[in-house]
Amino acid sequence: MTRKNHSSRREFLRAAAAATASLALASPSLAQSPARVVVIGGGFGGASCARALRQLDPSLDVTLVTADRQYVACPFSNEVIAGDRAIEAQQFTYEKIATGGIKLVTQMAQTIDPQARTVGLADGSTLRYDRLVLSPGIDLRFDALPGYDEAAALRMPHAWKAGEQTLLLRRQLEAMDDGGVIAIVVPANPFRCPPGPYERASLIAHYLKTRKPRSKLIILDSKDAFSKQRLFQAAWQELYPGLIEWVALSQGGKVTSVDPATNMLVTDFATHQVQVANVIPPQRAGRIAEIAGVTDKSGWCPINPVSLESTQVPNIHVIGDACIAGAMPKSAFSANAQAKTCASAIVTLLSGATPTSPKLINTCYSLVAPDYGISIAGVYQPRNGLFADIEGAGGTSPLDAPRAVRAREAIYARSWFETIGAEVFG
Amino acid sequence: MKTLRTSLAIGLIVASAVPVRAASAPPPGAASCSGCHAPTSQAIPNIYGRDADATRSTLLAFRNGSMPATVMTRIAKGFSEDEIGSIAAWLATQK
Ligand SMILES: Cc1cc2nc3c(=O)[nH]c(=O)nc-3n(C[C@H](O)[C@H](O)[C@H](O)COP(=O)(O)OP(=O)(O)OC[C@H]3O[C@@H](n4cnc5c(N)ncnc54)[C@H](O)[C@@H]3O)c2cc1C
Repeated sequence: MTRKNHSSRREFLRAAAAATASLALASPSLAQSPARVVVIGGGFGGASCARALRQLDPSLDVTLVTADRQYVACPFSNEVIAGDRAIEAQQFTYEKIATGGIKLVTQMAQTIDPQARTVGLADGSTLRYDRLVLSPGIDLRFDALPGYDEAAALRMPHAWKAGEQTLLLRRQLEAMDDGGVIAIVVPANPFRCPPGPYERASLIAHYLKTRKPRSKLIILDSKDAFSKQRLFQAAWQELYPGLIEWVALSQGGKVTSVDPATNMLVTDFATHQVQVANVIPPQRAGRIAEIAGVTDKSGWCPINPVSLESTQVPNIHVIGDACIAGAMPKSAFSANAQAKTCASAIVTLLSGATPTSPKLINTCYSLVAPDYGISIAGVYQPRNGLFADIEGAGGTSPLDAPRAVRAREAIYARSWFETIGAEVFG
Repeated sequence: MKTLRTSLAIGLIVASAVPVRAASAPPPGAASCSGCHAPTSQAIPNIYGRDADATRSTLLAFRNGSMPATVMTRIAKGFSEDEIGSIAAWLATQK
């Protein structure tokens, strides 16, 4: 008890000192009006960050700019495609966020002036910022795979942004004859949700096994290895023998062009004519990042991992799928963890202090069947300008776990989605 | 003493006008926990507002493998004893 009193008194003194120091350091305008933080992108990264900022400092003036009134979440959307889940379970709104003192602007941010520190909106108005956070997610590159453009995506859905595309792939799968072939085309790294294509293959196989057992699923991959590979492959053999064929890069898996009119997928070695073609194209950071000048040649955004601030443009932070996070995968979990780290760093920076080195966690669950979950986890810290894996920590579920453990991880996966959905939007 | 009390008083006024949460900022790693753990989560236990010593010893047991778990054994290995102590203490103060 005495110790507790002592430490809380010490903490109070520290807080008071920090407050005095920040007053002394702050410019007159900062001291008079609250600091303005604008967050662009109301997904797992941006919405989490806006909330965390207000939680850390309720006096901050926080504006969340996002394109739509509704957010459709990707995690668990593979279950929608497989017919085990309603799309409504993926939909979130911003009403609760708006009641928490965050100003909500529902339109596209179109321009950014880093000198004037302003954001130009679709309706012509501008927002001023002291700090800007970008969490725009990904843009699909419709210039990277010959034949695959926006029109092609209406024939060969990517379903890599959830919503209409998810439902389109679902309908195509339902309409497919028993005995049909469905292909999933997977890009090279880096891309959103590294285990996502293989979870999708698993859940589609689960559907085919019970409903269209003569069908086949082929994965045409631009890589020779993938996330949780041994776990996925062992489970495929156990649950869906002979149903899924994975064609690696070195076996001619890389698709070099597509023809949407005939549902044709061309590799250097073969031409695959399929009933359903799920083409996941290469990706880059959401367009606004390029407009802001925070992307590099790769199309993604280099950041300082301590503050998530762009290394190219001051006062702009980039979180989530859009940033180059080193060992951290592009996941909703990562985006959420980065958002909270970024919010802390911004509050610290606005007070005139320097943020200290953080540690972040990621855990990505995948469902191989509705009651069969596997996971990969990691703990990260800044090293050489990136988030690096802490050695000895993290890794995947064990290869030889009993089914009860897989069932438990499936339950944890669902629990994770409930919890993060509530933390971000609830 | 008078100086200290005066500066404390200033600190108080400032602290209430401009909330500064530096004292309650999460220690390294702790902000990530709420991705999975919440007071309302059912399958995954709530970790907030619980006795710091209990949380600390559970995390240490995950870390040295003496307590089995699906994912926490892998995560706890990413933290030193000191870091685990700070995380447990901070979680205890959260609701
Ligand atoms: C099939 C699939 C399964 C997945 N499963 C998992 C999983 O199990 N676990 C997991 O952790 N992750 C999973 N992910 C990954 C996860 O969805 C992403 O990593 C996460 O959404 C990234 O968050 P973000 O904030 O970076 O981007 P997003 O969530 O995409 O949010 C970006 C938002 O910004 C808006 N926006 C963009 N530009 C502008 C602009 N200029 N103005 C206004 N608004 C703008 C967009 O409309 C969007 O709402 C999965 C992904 C897929 C495709």
